[in-house]
This record gives sequence, C-alpha cells and structure tokens, in this order.
Amino acid sequence: MSAPTQETQAPDLLYSETEEDLRAAVRALLADRSDAPTVLARVESGSPYDPLLWKALAADMGTAGLLVPTELGGQGASHREAAVVLEELGRAVTPSPYLTSAVVATETLLALGTPDGPVAALLAELAEGRRTAVLAVPFAAPAPDAAQPAGVVAGRVTGTVTGVADADAADVLLVPTTDGLFAVGTGAEGVAVQPLVPLDLTRPLATVALAGAAGTRLADGASAVAAVRRGLLAGAGLLASEQLGLAEWCLTETVRHTRERHQFNRPVGSFQALKHRMAQLWLEVVSARAAARNAADALATGSPEAPLAVAVAQAYCSGVAVHAAEECVQLHGGIGMTWEHPAHLYLKRAKADSIAYGTAGQHRRTVAELMELPAP
Amino acid sequence: MTAPDAAGLRRRTQELLAAHPPATTGRTAFLRARFDAGLAWVHYPAGLGGLDAPRSLQPVVDAGLAAAGAPDNDPRRIGIGLGMAAPTLLGFGTDEQKQRFLRPLWTGEEVWCQLFSEPGAGSDLAALGTRAVRDGEDWVVDGQKVWTSSAHLARWAILIARTDPDVPKHRGISYFICDMTDPGVEVRPLRQITGEAEFNEVFLTGVRIPDNRRLGPVGEGWKVAQTTLMNERVSIGGARVPREGGMIGPVVRTWRERPELRTHDLHQRLLTLWVEAEVARLTGTRLRQQLVAGQPGPEGSGMKLAFARLNQEISGLEVELLGEEGLLYGEWTMRRPELVDFTGRDAGYRYLRSKGNSIEGGTSEVLLNIVAERVLGLPAEPRTDKDVAWKDLAR
Repeated sequence: MSAPTQETQAPDLLYSETEEDLRAAVRALLADRSDAPTVLARVESGSPYDPLLWKALAADMGTAGLLVPTELGGQGASHREAAVVLEELGRAVTPSPYLTSAVVATETLLALGTPDGPVAALLAELAEGRRTAVLAVPFAAPAPDAAQPAGVVAGRVTGTVTGVADADAADVLLVPTTDGLFAVGTGAEGVAVQPLVPLDLTRPLATVALAGAAGTRLADGASAVAAVRRGLLAGAGLLASEQLGLAEWCLTETVRHTRERHQFNRPVGSFQALKHRMAQLWLEVVSARAAARNAADALATGSPEAPLAVAVAQAYCSGVAVHAAEECVQLHGGIGMTWEHPAHLYLKRAKADSIAYGTAGQHRRTVAELMELPAP
Repeated sequence: MTAPDAAGLRRRTQELLAAHPPATTGRTAFLRARFDAGLAWVHYPAGLGGLDAPRSLQPVVDAGLAAAGAPDNDPRRIGIGLGMAAPTLLGFGTDEQKQRFLRPLWTGEEVWCQLFSEPGAGSDLAALGTRAVRDGEDWVVDGQKVWTSSAHLARWAILIARTDPDVPKHRGISYFICDMTDPGVEVRPLRQITGEAEFNEVFLTGVRIPDNRRLGPVGEGWKVAQTTLMNERVSIGGARVPREGGMIGPVVRTWRERPELRTHDLHQRLLTLWVEAEVARLTGTRLRQQLVAGQPGPEGSGMKLAFARLNQEISGLEVELLGEEGLLYGEWTMRRPELVDFTGRDAGYRYLRSKGNSIEGGTSEVLLNIVAERVLGLPAEPRTDKDVAWKDLAR
C-alpha cells in the first residue's frame, strides 16, 4: 500500500500546542482592547489604528517578528504562527497593519536574502515592532506584474501607486522601481500619502505619490521582482487565515443570534430553512481551515507546492469569507443592516479581502497554469 | 496481557508469516490464522481477531502482510459486514454471538447485508413497519426491506423490526441477526437509474429468527442501530484520496487530452470544481490527522455532504464537456454488479450513480440537520411524532 508513505509527506494541517497558546494570548488581548464597539469607534474617528494595541501585539508579544530569524532580531517562528495571529485579527476584525507590515513587507525583505546592511537594520526594527513598513503596490495586486513601479532619476524616486493598504500609518514604503527596490520614509520630502475612502473601514487605503523622493536602494531589479513575488505570495497565503477567522466569527455569531431570536413562538434557528444554511456554512469553514492551514504550512516549510497551496487557499477562502459575512447580515435580519451591529465591518472586510492580493478568479488562473489545465 | 506496540505487531506479523507462508497456505486458511493471531483488526479484543492495540497501528500489520504477498479479505466485497455489522456485534453482541459471527465475517466466508430501509421508512427510518412477533423461542418476521446491497450474496443480515407497535416509534424496535437462507426470505433485484441493480428489495414472509439471534435488549434496537448508522457514514465519507483522485480524475484527463472540447465557460467551472475537490481532499487529510492525534472532531459528518455535491457537479460537468459523446450511454443492460462503484464505467454512468450519493446513508438534507443540531447546537424543529404510539402515526 502506498497510502502511508503519502500520509507522512502530507502537510501538517493541525495546530501545535505552541500555536494554540499564541492564539489564546492574542485572543485575550483583542477581547480586552479590540471589542466591536471599540473597533467601530476607532474607524469612525478616521484613525483606525490603535498605537497602544499595536505596541502590545507587535512589540510586547513579539508577533511582528514571527517570520524573522532570531539572528536578525525576530522570533524565529514561521508562517504557521503568523497565520494563527491573522485568524484572531480576522475574528475580531481588528484594524492593524499586521498583514501588510509583519507579513508582506517583512517577507519581501527576507526574500532579498541580505543578512546585513539597511535590509537587516530595517528587518530588526520591523521585527521588534518599532517601525512599520508597507510594500508600495496596489492592495489588489496578486503578483509583481501588477505593481506600478516608480521611476528613478539620480537616486530620486518618482511615481504614483494607487490603492496601497496601510500606507498612511507606515513609517517606511518599500517601493518597486524600474531600478530595483527602494526604501522611502513616509515622512521624507516629496512623499505624499493621500488617503482614499475605503470600502473596508478597518483597513485604510491611500494613493502614494512620490516626486523626487530620496530613498535607499535595497535591491536590483531582478532580486526585487523575486522578493516582491515572495512577499505577495506570503500575503495571499496568510490572508486565507484572516478570511478563516472572519468567517468563523460570522458563523458563531449567526448561530448565537438565531438560537436566541424568537419569532413565531420559536427560536428562528430551529427553522430548517435557516439551519441548513448555517450547516452549509460550517462545512465551508471546516474546509477553509484545511485550505488555509495547508497554505501556511507550505509557506513555513518552503515547500515547492507553496504557489499551488496559496492559489487554492485564496481561490477557496475568499468566497467562504464573503459568503459567511453575507449570511451573517441576512440571518440577523434587520439588526444586521444597522451601523450599530458589527456585521457590516465583517462584510466590508470580507469583500475587500476577496480582491486583496488577487481575486479568486486570478488565483484559479494560477491553478490552471500550475496544474496544466489550459484555457481554450 | 498488555497491548502490543508497533514493534510487537511487526514481530507477530512475521511469526504469522513464518507459521503460515502465504505461498503454500490457502487463502481462507491464511485469513483464519491471521484472525486467530489477533492481526485481523488489532483494535478488537483478544480472541476476536484483535489484540486491544490502538487502531492507528493497523497499517503496521497491513504493510508487513502486503510486503509478503499475503492475501487480504477483499474488504470492498464485505464492506457492510466489516463497517456496520462488526462494530454492532462488538458493541452489543453476546459472547456467544461474537464468537460465532465475527471470524467468518472478517475472513469473508460469510457475507453480510443490512435490512434497515423500507419503502415507507427512509429518512424517517424509525417509522419502519416490518413486524417481529414473538412465538415461543422464536420471532416471526413479516415485512419488506429495500436498498439492500449484497442481499443476493449474503449469508446473514442485520435487521431492525418493530416488536411493539403500541409505544412511540423509537422505543418499539428490536435488532436481529437474520439468516438469509431462511425460506421466507425472497430477494429481488431493484433496478436503478443507471440501468444496473446494485441493490435489492427483500421480502420477509414468516421468517423465523431464534431469540438468541437478537442483538441488544428487546425494544432497544434503535439505540443499537445508531452504532451501525454512524459507522456507515464514516465509511462512506472517510475514504483517502490522492490529488485528482475520485470524480475529478477522469474530467481533468479528458481536459488535458482533448483540447478540441474546451470552452471558456467549462474552463471556469472546471477550475472552481478542481479547487473544491482539492480542498475537500485536504479537509479529509486534516480529519485523519485529527483522528491519529486523538482529537476526533465533528468534521466527519460534513465530509459525506461535500463529496456528494462535488461528485454530482463534477460528473455533470464531465457529461457536458464530452458534448456529442455526452449524448451516448455505455449500455443499459440490466446487470447485478458485486461491488458498488462510484467512478467506474463512463461519464453518463458516473453522472447518474452520483445522484445516489446525496440520498444513500442519510440524505444531504438530514445530514445538514444533524450538523446544525449536534455540531452547531441549533434547536430542533418542533416534533409531532415523539410521544405518539407507532400504530397511530400518519402514513
């Protein structure tokens, strides 16, 4: 029988004890500092990020450095642990630059493979939660070819990038240019970060306009493209865990509500028309967990299957999160349509996430290429 | 005796092979010896084909025997016995019943079938009307059962019948072992939409069953049947599949080999289903990892739902992909296959056979209720049948 051999090569799709401990710590922090009324109040303030929460999460708990090796100042953990943090951030729909800074920007810098110099210095600062960085490409970009590279003249960077997530709160922009990857401080002269009105209020978007901004060249063109590809791959792969967390909250909250809400002298959750929809959603969440864990594990182990695992996870989990959030609104009835109830925060995050780092359709196209299932 | 570990099982496997070399031992003789050595199903008790060892160690034995070219018990042919009758016998049988029935069940010398569903009792199985009336030391059984695979091959059946019509339906059922050679048992093939007859109708007329072939107390057959049904769903939904295994396999092969059939619409649908099939495979992998780690989750109840829908959508796409060929069907000749086969034959067969996947072993609608109520804790629908005597139910 060949099956046992296959099983030993299979990815580890479970959570380790350490991962469960990390989850419990993050969940406790978010329950304390990022409950639904707090999140709603913050997004209404126009400044969704809570710097004290970021310090507690990123610096004190060390989650910003999970992907960074200890010799570079990080925790020397992996994508598996970062994925658990993202599940919890999704579950609490917490505004936080974790995905953009601690995953995508950090992974991009790590992929440059430079153990010293400005890359190492910046990585150490990111890992310790002292600064945040974002990759200056559109949040919708699935791959480097969708970046909007800036031009470089005499070491000065000029260009415009639309729809960059978390640029407003970041200290450093990692800017793909026609001459490699540059680090540009958001406070530098010639840098304008113009906030946009986002569908997802919990993740700010901005247009980044660079007009002769001074920057540090981190990598040449070829290395930059490979590093950006790796950064976006990690972002897409771990976004699936955020989507899983979002979907779980939506299902749990919908079940809770429909058990308590009475109409026609019975809990509305006793009607088969509703319970079948929730059971179906449960099945999707269970499946999304397997897909998201598979992507996180493939990224963590450096598996050659990582691009396929990520494409599968994104092609699947995007739809699950949106479906869960839409069902959450519908099965809550009128209350689900109010600004006061947090369901809309999840719906907006889920819908925005379904475009972030490539739509499900773009990821299916990747599956088609990798699995040799060509279009006509 | 303490249960053996992996090394102990490896040693016992080698001892079995040394005492009964497969090359010079007959198939049945070898299987009997394997059973008596406790290597049939290692998690079963000693003396009943097992050694009280962890179930997860069974592959150690299977691998050792397969490597030596030993015969197996052809588990696909005796799936109902292994997957449903055996756990029920183990859980509820008397010592005498376990001694009599488990060994020939496992070796395949005696095939088992299941007499549960009736024309009037499908999803509401507990409403069944086949009567068993006490007559001296025997029970006399009259009624009709349906959807019985292997009935024409079976020596024994697990049977549930109504022993008390005056109490609510769940309380008046008893569980029996029925001798399929009894002259009152008549098996007729039941032709299905594929043209084949995988299943049978079984007519029971004055069938006599001695009281010592009852499993569990009189009136508690429903509780006993829960063990059987739980194992049925696990065996239907829990199979291990490689990537592009199962129903997606033939479609992707056709897609790759026959570019002239490709259209943009089919491409989008194929990729969506490919991803869903891969995710279902990963979900199954995760479920097995949980079982091995000793953290069984409720995910198992969902797997059958997922595979039923996927099998139907994928095979439907396959018929469409084939275009003009999709208009054809292999053959409609009435046959009685020995094995249930979801993926065999051609696309049209797969499409039709998969329609049964959301009906057999619990309809998808019933399974969704089970997930909603037992996993999510949603309240049950108000019931009008719970405290009504069976004889007073609407039918």
